[in-house]
Amino acid sequence: MDEIISSERLLGELRETFKSGKTTSFEWRKTQLQALLRLLEEQENKCFQALFDDVGKSKVEAFKDEVGPAKKAVVHALSCLKEWMTPKKVGMRLLLYPSKAEIVPDPYGLVLIMTSWNYPLDLALEPLIGAIAAGNVIVVKPSELAPATSSFLANTVPLYLDNTAIKVIEGGPEASQQLLQQKWDKIFYTGSPKIGRIVMTEAAKHLTPVTLELGGKCPLIFDYSSISSNLKVALRRLSSAKWGACCGQACISIDYVLVEEKFTSSLIDMLKTLVRRLYGENIETLGSISRIVNKRHFDRVCNYLKDPAVAASIVLGGSYDEKRLLIEPTILLNPPLDSAVMNEEIFGPILPIITVKNIQESIDFINTRPKPLALYAFTHNDAFKKRIVSETSSGSLVFNDVMIQYICEELPFGGVGQSGMGRYHGKYSFDAFSHEKSVLYRGYFPDLSARYPPWNGFKMEFCRLGYKIDYINLLLLLLGLKGHPKDD
Amino acid sequence: MEVTTAFGNEDAAAMVAELRRNFASGKTRSYEWRVTQLKKIVKMVEERESEIVDALRSDLNKPAFESVVYEISMLKSSCKVALKELKQWMKPQKVKTTIVAFPSSAEIVAEPLGVVLVISAWNYPILLSLDPVVGAIAAGNAVVLKPSEIAPATSSLLAKYVKEYLDNSAVRVVEGAVPETSALLEQKWDKIFYTGNGRVARVVMSAAAKYLTPVVLELGGKSPVIVDPDVNLKISVRRIIAGKWGCNNGQACISPDYIVTTKEFAPKLVDTLKRELERFYGSDPLQSNDLSRIVNSNHFDRLERLLDEDKVAGKIVHGGQRDKAQLKIAPTLLRDVPLDSLMMTEEIFGPLLPIITVDKLEDSYEIIMSRAKPLAAYLFTNRKDMKNQFVKTVSAGGLVINDSAIHLTVHGLPFGGVEESGTGSYHGKFSFDAFSHKKAVLYRSFMGDAFVRYPPYTHGKMRLLGALICENILGIFQALMGWSSNSSLKDKTA
Repeated sequence: MDEIISSERLLGELRETFKSGKTTSFEWRKTQLQALLRLLEEQENKCFQALFDDVGKSKVEAFKDEVGPAKKAVVHALSCLKEWMTPKKVGMRLLLYPSKAEIVPDPYGLVLIMTSWNYPLDLALEPLIGAIAAGNVIVVKPSELAPATSSFLANTVPLYLDNTAIKVIEGGPEASQQLLQQKWDKIFYTGSPKIGRIVMTEAAKHLTPVTLELGGKCPLIFDYSSISSNLKVALRRLSSAKWGACCGQACISIDYVLVEEKFTSSLIDMLKTLVRRLYGENIETLGSISRIVNKRHFDRVCNYLKDPAVAASIVLGGSYDEKRLLIEPTILLNPPLDSAVMNEEIFGPILPIITVKNIQESIDFINTRPKPLALYAFTHNDAFKKRIVSETSSGSLVFNDVMIQYICEELPFGGVGQSGMGRYHGKYSFDAFSHEKSVLYRGYFPDLSARYPPWNGFKMEFCRLGYKIDYINLLLLLLGLKGHPKDD
Repeated sequence: MEVTTAFGNEDAAAMVAELRRNFASGKTRSYEWRVTQLKKIVKMVEERESEIVDALRSDLNKPAFESVVYEISMLKSSCKVALKELKQWMKPQKVKTTIVAFPSSAEIVAEPLGVVLVISAWNYPILLSLDPVVGAIAAGNAVVLKPSEIAPATSSLLAKYVKEYLDNSAVRVVEGAVPETSALLEQKWDKIFYTGNGRVARVVMSAAAKYLTPVVLELGGKSPVIVDPDVNLKISVRRIIAGKWGCNNGQACISPDYIVTTKEFAPKLVDTLKRELERFYGSDPLQSNDLSRIVNSNHFDRLERLLDEDKVAGKIVHGGQRDKAQLKIAPTLLRDVPLDSLMMTEEIFGPLLPIITVDKLEDSYEIIMSRAKPLAAYLFTNRKDMKNQFVKTVSAGGLVINDSAIHLTVHGLPFGGVEESGTGSYHGKFSFDAFSHKKAVLYRSFMGDAFVRYPPYTHGKMRLLGALICENILGIFQALMGWSSNSSLKDKTA
């Protein structure tokens, strides 16, 4: 009860700040973004420590996937802010001359950002950058499953950012539930479809728009024969994306691989060698890999392997260390398609390889499943590329690489169908937290009498031609040289 | 009441399944299919113009002029824009990529969402039904349209002619009221586009949440008009009248809902409004053929309730005549209606126009901003500073300075609300976007592979990566040459 009252008071304070108009100024936004950059630079060690504590991320991985992208996003936002804030001029039709139209980005007001535990720093900061750039007042609710990063954010953000406009609220499911009861002007949620539904249902009560960044089973189409001269690079990219990015606990991680039957054995052989070289020979010597976030997720992932039919399909790895919450990079060959591992998002270091007769069949395979957040295809076949672009649907589609779309701020990042709605990154982050307000300025002359009743045939004809943008006939009509229907 | 076989859950499910199959066949994706369907919409409204005018007269007593200009011509105009621009809209949009991903090329591909649902409203039953359908078709979707049962003649006309003119394997009309709508909302859609009120919008959005379906909600609100004494009064007043009573007798989502002006100026404004109203609609407006009627007795009663509230009844300064039998209410002006009255707390959606007076014009902002964000806000002024302040202060779906309601004819402007007045936008390219998914596509080669991306991780890799990600050219050079920089990374070997 107390908590509800206190969060209401907190939000009231934020609304007052928004009302004062201070967050809408260019200077405020710029200062906050600069402060955020300073935070990332000065507190880098603490970021690394928190990320290590929460998911065992090594420093390079923490920089590559979290601190680095966040810094890049702030720098980009700072360099584009003025341009983003400038109203966009819109072309006008002659009939409305003289007038001027523009689209003005308006901050929504009070926004809520709920993040997830797998990239607990970057997934909190990227939307925050967008929300600041757009001039909102903001509550960030970090995931309680990454407690070190959560408390790092709660303790550090107030030291750098304007506390009257940006708050970090920590807590578990009850805190989230309470926050969702409030009226927000925008909710940005990163996480699972299950919670996504709850968030959107709560948002519906206040007609609050939502951005939902969810996941899904992201396939990789491995067109072995067409890339046979680049296999080494292809396999490195595959392995580093699957196991080198939070141990497969990423929403755009590769979930399963589709490959032609005849290439399976050589693919698996090469992967085995590579994985051992990159991450170690066995569970004891495992390195450069994150751990599973907590016991619950550890059990969830291990349970996939306990299904006897799935266990029988293990071709590499399969062992785990419960104490350290580590799971070995594990490869499955053709686990049953009705098994849990092929129907749930894996979110862990297990990689099923599914064989098809002809690689072209992978399109049908993908289309019978929910739309993924990302689709990857390693191929040099241009006709096949075209088919994949036009016949499949996914949040993003990447050829010959994995996960790299995340750091291209010119590309919108977001899902479709089960993998989410709305998008962000770069300008799209700014847009996600802005309302595009249409503004039309009109002059007084000429004022067309055809707009005003009482209606008659002449006025009707005038307006008809006006919509048709038929200026010649319009002129003739005005000069009395063109007929018009009799009055009703 | 006519008894028809109810359209239930199973019918809806079967229909959606069939449309999904047809969508999966890929036929709706082709440019040719989209163009053919759009041209057929134009053909349909051209050939059936007089029937449409009759249906609108039957549903709303809408004057032929309004039907032709605000519904048929607007719709044709939006088809025409779509036909002209479609190729351009469909073209993947090239984007530049960052240095880390070099060498590569990237584009944003617009793809149809799948099977979409359009639920429309009764006040502009042709335009608000078919305009979103134009967007859905332009974007290559299969679409189901549910017209409003409150405009029954138009609803059945749409059912009849959409079937006759458009491709039924991908475009359908389902008629009906609450049970049919509920059956439709039980299904999984790839987008729901709803035009109507905030109460039903909440139902629609909650239903959509079950399947994570994105929604566009086109709602309404109390759209204010601020009138500055320093203004070209006659033209301003005419433009207010055209936007208020000239658009379905106030039954429009962007209709001016109330006026705010200064105490001294109010009498002059009221006088001019009276004079121009009389010029347009005669001395007995109930007899005018140029005004729509109130749509039905429920809405008539609702408007009467607003008028008859104790603290409001004495405030009428012009009009007030009503004829329940014919569902007609005259253009009515009221002065200084209490701000806590029903009339000032609910969307009016009818021919009543309260005028609120303030000491200073700047006080209007307090009145406007203390209410939910409206779909539109209007300002009449000649003062530049006033315009700037208005644009900066007022948040609404759209703002118009020195006119009313006309912004929806500008295809380059997104039309849609914010907060209580809605989510999402449409018109022109924005309609296409509302029904498209923007897929990010990145083409990479296997060249230029940065070894730093791969484990085992080392300090040197980390420095280079840091410089690469932040596009720090000097840093990249330094890291490659093995020189140290002043970076704080120095002491952090992995």
